[in-house]
Amino acid sequence: MTLAPRPDARPGAPQRRSLRRPLRRALRERFVEAPLLVAALVSIFTTVGIVAVLVFETFEFFHEVPLWRFLTDTQWTPLFSEKYFGIVVLLSATVLTSFGAMVVALPLGLLAAVYLSEYASPGVRRAVKPVLEILAGIPTVVYGYFALLFVTPILQALIPGTAVFNGASAALVIGIMILPMVSSLSEDAMAAVPRALREGAYALGATRFEVAARVVVPAAFSGIVAAFMLAISRAVGETMIVAIAAGQSPTLTLSPLVPIETMTAYIVQVSLGDTPYGSLEYKTIFAVGMALFLLTLALNVASQSVLARFREEYP
Amino acid sequence: MVNDSASLATGLRSALAALSADRVVARVGAAAGADSAPAFAIRGLSLWYGHFQALRDITLDVASRRITALIGPSGCGKSTLLRCLNRMNELIPQVRIGGQVLFQGEDLYAPQTDPVEVRRRIGMVFQKPNPVPKSVYDNVAFGLRINGYQGKLDDLVERALRRAALWDEVRDKLRQSGLALSGGQQQRLCIARALAVEPEVLLMDEPCSALDPIATYKIEELMTELKRDYTIVIVTHNMQQASRVSDYTAFMLAGEDRAGALVECGETRSFFTNPRDKRTEDYVTGRFG
Ligand SMILES: Nc1ncnc2c1ncn2[C@@H]1O[C@H](COP(=O)(O)OP(=O)(O)OP(=O)(O)O)[C@@H](O)[C@H]1O
Ligand SMILES: [Mg+2]
Repeated sequence: MTLAPRPDARPGAPQRRSLRRPLRRALRERFVEAPLLVAALVSIFTTVGIVAVLVFETFEFFHEVPLWRFLTDTQWTPLFSEKYFGIVVLLSATVLTSFGAMVVALPLGLLAAVYLSEYASPGVRRAVKPVLEILAGIPTVVYGYFALLFVTPILQALIPGTAVFNGASAALVIGIMILPMVSSLSEDAMAAVPRALREGAYALGATRFEVAARVVVPAAFSGIVAAFMLAISRAVGETMIVAIAAGQSPTLTLSPLVPIETMTAYIVQVSLGDTPYGSLEYKTIFAVGMALFLLTLALNVASQSVLARFREEYP
Repeated sequence: MVNDSASLATGLRSALAALSADRVVARVGAAAGADSAPAFAIRGLSLWYGHFQALRDITLDVASRRITALIGPSGCGKSTLLRCLNRMNELIPQVRIGGQVLFQGEDLYAPQTDPVEVRRRIGMVFQKPNPVPKSVYDNVAFGLRINGYQGKLDDLVERALRRAALWDEVRDKLRQSGLALSGGQQQRLCIARALAVEPEVLLMDEPCSALDPIATYKIEELMTELKRDYTIVIVTHNMQQASRVSDYTAFMLAGEDRAGALVECGETRSFFTNPRDKRTEDYVTGRFG
């Protein structure tokens, strides 16, 4: 690169440049700033709007159904003539499928990430990472039919008495769906751990596994927790797979082998049906949606506090 | 068995010595006082980072229980050479190594040599302090734990911290993060961590570059004390330090293709006052690099 003299830097001529901002640059800044502000405001207002509608309709719902029934009923039958509104029925189904998915995805995802970041050669890593990202982009309806038409028959063959619609199949496939996300994001967190840290441990005679387990995973912990939380949120909010594979019969059960209905599946079911606007059934959607919102919010708060506690040890 | 491999190695060494008789073989270890067998016998060592050759044909003996200083301008391959002595370089993808490094007569790079075992016996302090994000205590105890020490580590941790001249500064914050220490304290923490596992060799890559004169003095004192039991190789840019603490000095220089080569090495006493090579003289008198 050659250093060209500035056009206004004539040799010999004393330079007089004001410190004030040139008008043109000031205008340009303005023009950039305005759209950015609008974009930020739009996203804030939509979020606020959604929450407002949710709160309003939920409020309406609890005008007609007392909160204690929502919390204590053990059946969920708002579409029948004899109505019960026990959210615990839907909640248990959501917890069951999400928990099952976590049992599949977290350990496998973490191991895959450790393998990719600490054991795999750069070539393997370069080949696998994009594949993981493609897997993460498969539409969930595909996973739903994969669960119903492929996983369920296998389950039925393995465990006699398994219903066509069941929680286990959905949980397994949700786990498979979020696996690439868990491993890819965790691997990103581990890749960000400086090589010098690993070398320090290797130089003390640590094995590859000791370096991974005692240095890399703890140092990447906040990133790994973030990946886990994102995955759990996706599992809780997952709709297509549970609607297709887990069934639509609200049942309070711990058995993963019978049909159940999750919160999301219920919302789809009612939204797709011919529920009149403003009816009680219609309002249940918002009450369930609110419960779902609070659940994910609680998960987020919980993960924040885990991270905060952890940061004291690993600043 | 042990005798066998030792005698085999001795035979190998003399054969190699004969091979390279027409080259300048730096037999540092043969000088007065040192155990006659060198700790490291480096023979024709070359190293490539991908296509870039960083070391060319280095042949050097490192005396047992002595301090050997590696000096040379930035980028000439001092760190690279040091890292060859405990097989750290192979953690970098694309590194290729030619030649031989014998440690107490055993080939470090033989297929049956376990790099983990190598690194347990040959400790290292890095150019940049790299404590793990754990407490001061856990940093020092880390090596002990992975080496299978059970039971009370408190005494060992304290001893290592005292030797690294850090104890008085951290005795009240053993539970605080090692990253919360100052840069110089972190470096001494890394020294303590390396000492805690009682290696046979200590490789130190500019250990004092982040330290104040007092801490530097303490570390130099420590090195002098340690050399009764340990072999120490230290990379330093500080000529005074090299002449103060080391028994032997080796001078490296990057050639025209940027590959580092050994120029000269010998007893420190005569190295600085009486360099044999013109380039060494230019460097140590500050007319170069
Ligand atoms: N990981 C690496 N990949 C590729 N090239 C490297 C790597 N590490 C070092 N090199 C190159 O090898 C040469 C020697 O590097 P080295 O770190 O050994 O130098 P040094 O003598 O320790 O320098 P300094 O005194 O600055 O620490 C340099 O040209 C450097 O750019
Ligand atoms: Mg260096």
